Amino acid sequence: MNSEKNLPELPNTPVNQRLTPSQLVTAFQREHPDWLTEIVEAHGEVTAIVPAGHIVEVCSELKGGAETKFDFLADICGADRGVEEEPRFEVNYHLFSTTKHHRLRIKVLVNEDDAHVPTVTGVWRTANWHERETFDLFGIVFDGHPDLRRILLPDDWQGHALRKDFPLRGYEPYSLK
Amino acid sequence: MSSTLNIPPQFEIVDRPLDTQMTISMGPQHPSTHGVLRLELVLDGEMVVKATPDIGYLHTGMEKLFEYKKYQQGIVITDRMDYLNPLGNNLAYVMAVEKLLELQIPERAQTIRVLMCELQRIASHLVWLGTHALDIGAMSVFFYCFREREKILNLIEAASGGRLTPSYFRIGGLMMDLPSGFERRVRQFQDAFLKSVDEFHTLLTGNRIFQNRTKGVGVITAEDAIDWGLSGPCLRGSGVDLDIRRTNPYTSYETYDFEVPVEQDCDVWARYMVRMREMKESHKIVAQALARLKPGPVKADAPKVVLPDREAMKTHMDALIHHFLIVAEGFDVPAGEVYHPIEASKGELGVYVKSDGGPKPSRVHFRGPSFVNLSALPHMSEGAMVADIVAIIGSLDIVLGEIDR
Repeated sequence: MNSEKNLPELPNTPVNQRLTPSQLVTAFQREHPDWLTEIVEAHGEVTAIVPAGHIVEVCSELKGGAETKFDFLADICGADRGVEEEPRFEVNYHLFSTTKHHRLRIKVLVNEDDAHVPTVTGVWRTANWHERETFDLFGIVFDGHPDLRRILLPDDWQGHALRKDFPLRGYEPYSLK
Repeated sequence: MSSTLNIPPQFEIVDRPLDTQMTISMGPQHPSTHGVLRLELVLDGEMVVKATPDIGYLHTGMEKLFEYKKYQQGIVITDRMDYLNPLGNNLAYVMAVEKLLELQIPERAQTIRVLMCELQRIASHLVWLGTHALDIGAMSVFFYCFREREKILNLIEAASGGRLTPSYFRIGGLMMDLPSGFERRVRQFQDAFLKSVDEFHTLLTGNRIFQNRTKGVGVITAEDAIDWGLSGPCLRGSGVDLDIRRTNPYTSYETYDFEVPVEQDCDVWARYMVRMREMKESHKIVAQALARLKPGPVKADAPKVVLPDREAMKTHMDALIHHFLIVAEGFDVPAGEVYHPIEASKGELGVYVKSDGGPKPSRVHFRGPSFVNLSALPHMSEGAMVADIVAIIGSLDIVLGEIDR
């Protein structure tokens, strides 16, 4: 394992000799067994499931790590797995490395009655609007966010539009109160 | 004296005769905000203390709508997001679904996808150039740009039937093959286009007013640009050599020979130069794609997903059944989730598709490059003049349809 780990530190290592994202997160999991609960690989993409409490540590570690270098947060998006599902919501963080050019998805599962996730705006400033959007459309609260307001819908909107139990169409026109 | 506004302490001016910090609303009808964007500007005289974008005026719940439409019906929704680059949106979405279905796309379809996307990139940059110059006060560029863009729209119309909403790329290939004589028309456009780019340079690049308005304005360093998630020409204007066509190639972009323009100045001028150079690179890619167009199928061999040809449908019973089932019931996509990024004209356009196994997606999310690029506007406009805001917005090349979705 050690010799394999040393390979990518050489300068100008060919792409095929670098550690793939799945090898990276497996090594990462060995270092911090509580931080990643599961690693899924499908369609050439790697997903790491992280408990909500550890998301900030995981992100800053992945951003700063010499081999991981996930310095670019491409996207954050929420998803509703269904009204009966428990945990009901998931928050997906799509990471990218501008130097190593690999990608990784981090997934945080969130319960409906405790829909709180710590913010990662301290790690990447671009998380600001993504988290606001997720809050607006799913009602997931990002603790510690500097400016957690609705972003797409009006401030006095009732409900969260992308939840599965929110109707597709309404029967009354929206009017500002 | 304390201001009632919520202003960072470093900007509080105390010993001015009139304590003149003022909040004004720029937009949502302001023409240089390129749609319906409202900026809340806190001004100290002419200087911008704080700019807060207010978006959502065009929000139509497109991501919600995806969940109620079959996969193939979602393509027409993507057209309406970034309406200056609809083929790019089509491509990102269909490739994400194709990834879930694990479809193999024939070579001719891939070449045509590259050809059309690069034409669309030129068209998108032409609108940016025309409106950006118009905002800064150079009116005539606009007419030249729209003259060239019209030719591209005519080409897209010839191929797909739609000018702004083509929906030309379908899951598994293309709507149909290119019409006869299409290659000749593209060559005609190609022959005239490089001269037009030189015309744009003559009109703008040497113009001293334009240079003064753009150089040193809206500066964002490479580290900040990465931290703020900028992508596309905005990131390359800050000296970061990053293009998804290179780093994570799709539709065989790795086999094309082109340069990735990078500028080091980090300002509006650098982003201008990157896009101007990119148009020439797209021109090069279009020429290469034209050269390698060979006859062949344009749809994947997946009868349960791809609509059959008209002829086959009328002569073969099984083709008719498949056609009926795809239209009436849709096709099932295996459960899973993918995130597919492409290099759209404005930056990284990522599509997240999550399937629960039925004919409709469980969640579709678009990572719009305009959305993320706009979020860096407050950072770039601190300490700028009001007139510079217009230049900075123009250099970000935002499309509100994609920001608000």
